[in-house]
Amino acid sequence: MGYDPKNPMVGRITDLGPPKYDKFLPPVILNNKGKWLYHEILEPGVLVHVSETGDEVYTIRVGSARLISIEHIREMCDIADKHCDGYLRFTTRNNAEFMVDAKDKVAPLLEDLKSRGNKFPVGGTGACVTNPVHTQGWVHCHTPATDASGPVKAVMDDLFEYFGSMTLPAQVRIALACCLNMCGAVHASDIAILGVHRMPPMIDHERISGVCELPLAIAACPLGAVKPAKAEVNGEEIKTVKVNAERCMFCGNCYTMCPAMPLADPDGDGIAILVGGKVSNSRSAPKFSKMVIPFLPNTPPRWPETTEVIRKILVVYAKNANKYERLGEWAERIGWEKWFEMCEIPFTDKSIDDYRLAYDTWRTTTQFKYTSHIK
Amino acid sequence: MSKHDTPLLDELESGPWPSFVTDMKRQAEKKPEVWDILGQLELSFKDKITHWKHGGIVGVFGYGGGIVGRYSDVPDKFPGVEHFHTVRINQPASKYYSTENLRALMDLWEKYGSGMTNMHGSTGDMVLLGTRTENLEPLFWDLTHDLKQDLGGSGSNLRTPSCCLGKSRCEWACYDTQETCYHLTMHYQDEIHRPAFPYKFKFKFSGCPNDCVASIARSDIAVIGTWKDDIRIDQAAVKEYVAGNYPSNAGAHAGGDWGAFDIEKEVIGLCPTGCMSMNGDELVIDNAECTRCMHCLNVMPRALRPGKEQGASICVGAKAPILDGAQFATLIVPFMKVSADNEFEELIDFIEKVWDWWMEVGKNRERVGETMQRIGLPTFINVMELDPLPQHVKEPRSNPYVFWKEEEVGGWDRDIKEFRKRNAM
Repeated sequence: MGYDPKNPMVGRITDLGPPKYDKFLPPVILNNKGKWLYHEILEPGVLVHVSETGDEVYTIRVGSARLISIEHIREMCDIADKHCDGYLRFTTRNNAEFMVDAKDKVAPLLEDLKSRGNKFPVGGTGACVTNPVHTQGWVHCHTPATDASGPVKAVMDDLFEYFGSMTLPAQVRIALACCLNMCGAVHASDIAILGVHRMPPMIDHERISGVCELPLAIAACPLGAVKPAKAEVNGEEIKTVKVNAERCMFCGNCYTMCPAMPLADPDGDGIAILVGGKVSNSRSAPKFSKMVIPFLPNTPPRWPETTEVIRKILVVYAKNANKYERLGEWAERIGWEKWFEMCEIPFTDKSIDDYRLAYDTWRTTTQFKYTSHIK
Repeated sequence: MSKHDTPLLDELESGPWPSFVTDMKRQAEKKPEVWDILGQLELSFKDKITHWKHGGIVGVFGYGGGIVGRYSDVPDKFPGVEHFHTVRINQPASKYYSTENLRALMDLWEKYGSGMTNMHGSTGDMVLLGTRTENLEPLFWDLTHDLKQDLGGSGSNLRTPSCCLGKSRCEWACYDTQETCYHLTMHYQDEIHRPAFPYKFKFKFSGCPNDCVASIARSDIAVIGTWKDDIRIDQAAVKEYVAGNYPSNAGAHAGGDWGAFDIEKEVIGLCPTGCMSMNGDELVIDNAECTRCMHCLNVMPRALRPGKEQGASICVGAKAPILDGAQFATLIVPFMKVSADNEFEELIDFIEKVWDWWMEVGKNRERVGETMQRIGLPTFINVMELDPLPQHVKEPRSNPYVFWKEEEVGGWDRDIKEFRKRNAM
């Protein structure tokens, strides 16, 4: 018996929740849960965890595009069946992890992965560029200002050498969110790629009555730029809204509430770069990413302006930061004026905060460095 | 569904990083609707704009979340993606799978969906990308009856909780993040599936202050493992690190030319509180000064371990920038025992106290961190029946605008006539 559309509530099961995790733990993990003593990265992408029982688990981490097919996942299952007794896991950064319980099982697994073209790059550990967290972009999202999988592929092709090595001062977490909603939570990443709009919403007066609750659209604007208005449609006066474009900060929140206020645009939209965020509490407190480049154009299929500037920032960081120092910690140590100078990124008024709580970021000391910005 | 020319996307088939385009083409051989995903995406690459219509409310009977509706704005060109709804499946804790389960899920998605997925969504769910409205109920039937699995959250619900891998494979986890996540997910099934909140609400569980699930940046309630007593030191292992026999930072810097390990510079010198020193060849930690940042443990995992009195710090109110700017979660309970022995009673009491307040005073589409901002941390602490602590703030306020209450001042009733008798105008 399957679903019967004539009796949709008969036999319905709800509120099952997820399967309990312990039935998916490989035996070596299940047996040693809570008993792990220490770990070590043996080579890029290969970890060993050692238990107080003497057991060891070897983990091979492989990157993925996150947007993956069922055929690709079945291939992952084939690998896990062949080498890992039928278990695998995924990380919060879209990697897959294959685990084996003995050292001599590592080399055959690595060989197997390598034999499958570029589908399963090994890396993403230690002082590397980790696998980017990202959103949907044009492949599925209805509010994006840029694509997600495309720019990520372009950036990671360019930075590939840093995924499978551990030469950087610390891990560099890159993230992409295709609009200000930031489903990709780029607000605390070492390097953040953020889709931004720059044109105020258009008002579709012919459609607005049918698809919008006007008070919600008006209330959605954090700056009070959306106001009630009247318009004439087919000779009849209708209630609608107007936008004070000078007050618009292009957040897109009105469009989220009202489909008749689209603001996406091929040339208006593009990418902002923010840097220096972190989540971990290690050494310094978690930090927000800071906007250093307000706009780069959308240039599919490979977004060369974006990949170029990210490489530039990464290379200068790699050369100048101290061991353990995250990108934001380095920028704070040398001072942001020095950071802009060293990275050869023009400083513009767009990097000076003029939104709420802006004053927290203004400099109120006579301590500064004389950089090329001061003429 | 026929193949479309995709000259722009084809350029993303080269390069060393795995190509989602190559992967989609491979899938399209078995599921031709994927040609239409590629076709529409190519059009977006050409037009530099999305071709998905705004929103679309679809779902399964009885649930207010778990399915995200999506429709193409060019369905005539790409009928295979006319409907392209997302199905969120609640992931197992820490995203461990058996291949048996994963294959069953893939079979389900081959039967009812596009064949494309995200492993995983930002909140933690397995995301199945693209199906038609008429497939939703049959898919849900098979998911619940055959796989005994369930949807995740979306909308103004409790979103699918997620956790780091915790004690399953990490020596630093200070509580069982998997069990906590699983227990609370089961405990709050109604809140996950049926929207009752002003806006979305997220829990995330990290085992230590390294915070591998970014809970402090991304969740309304972040449960972050920590400890109360002394860091456990193995002095013999300290000597091995100093002698260069163990790799620093667990080998994380092995590819760089950083020279010999220097404990003074790399551990003691980078400690944010300066609470470490060497006494001869013994490492000494002034634990009363330690803020448990994890740096020294990260650098010398074989020598240093978290203390034995373990629990979690509870932080509240993180969110991304829409609307007033991004917020990290604020430390509210410095230390809480998080234990399955009492079925997480303290944590559940705390969560429900937050919800009771937020559901009463929170505005439509206001995250709890925004409600805290609007109404004020002192009020929130008061409502939570907690004592104000210096740990709640980075520093005391610098403005003098205290909202004194009448009873704190001994009453506000005064008589201007009496006042004037003493103080002429």
